[in-house]
Amino acid sequence: MLHLLLFLVFGALCIGGAINLLAQKHPISSALSLIVVMGALAGEYLLLGAEFVAVIQVIIYAGAVMVLFIFVIMLLNAGVEEHTRGSRVAWLLGIPGMIAVGLMVAWVLARNPAGISVPLGALYGSPKVIGRLLFREFLLPFEVTSILILIAIMGAVVLASPEHRRFPQPEPEEERELVAAGDRRGA
Amino acid sequence: MVPLSYYLALSAVLFTCGVAGFLIKRNIISIFLCIELMLNGVNLAFVAFAAQWHRLSGQVFVFFVMVVAAAEAAVGLAIIISVFRTRETLNVDQVNLLKL
Repeated sequence: MLHLLLFLVFGALCIGGAINLLAQKHPISSALSLIVVMGALAGEYLLLGAEFVAVIQVIIYAGAVMVLFIFVIMLLNAGVEEHTRGSRVAWLLGIPGMIAVGLMVAWVLARNPAGISVPLGALYGSPKVIGRLLFREFLLPFEVTSILILIAIMGAVVLASPEHRRFPQPEPEEERELVAAGDRRGA
Repeated sequence: MVPLSYYLALSAVLFTCGVAGFLIKRNIISIFLCIELMLNGVNLAFVAFAAQWHRLSGQVFVFFVMVVAAAEAAVGLAIIISVFRTRETLNVDQVNLLKL
């Protein structure tokens, strides 16, 4: 009972935050409501017994990634945005399609046998267990992620650095020498 | 005891909100936020199934999804900064040099 109550509270926070993300005009309000969604999702993970995932959700997602987002929003001085109206085809096909898919998903979820349910704390994903799994069975993917992160860091540094530093222009003297060399070869 | 379908429904709602935002938003940063929302919805489904089938590997997959999301955020935001520096806009409708 308590489990269901907590699920409903956190779920309402999640959905409210997600809808607020869509409704807000300013990117920074959207980012802040995404932080609410992520915090509430960490609560849901705790209900599912995923302790480690809940903690890294708060530290990495709600912490590091969102700080990066807010930093960029402030850096670029992003203002109020305008929404697109969408084409007529999108409205004519999209609304019936959305209703059809929604009904299909609802039907699949509703005909699930009632016996399948998640008891509170059925699985205990403590950092110790997850760490053992990561460093034994998933050792190779784990090491590959470190390479991925390294490449991402280098890519971010290269992409975000100013153009003139990324592609240094040849110095005028150097250019003259190149031209001279070309002339000699031509002669 | 919460039915598994409740978790899946919440996950589906979050993912749908992300897709809808991806389609209606025009600010490139808001679009990026909606992608993060979609990833979060998928993560919830992973954790729910991990708890359902008593397999911890579902939670390890969430870890990998988070790593990829962090890498994507770093590179994506760098691209956004680069685009803003050259085009002076964040509206995706005005970044259309590749359009025919």
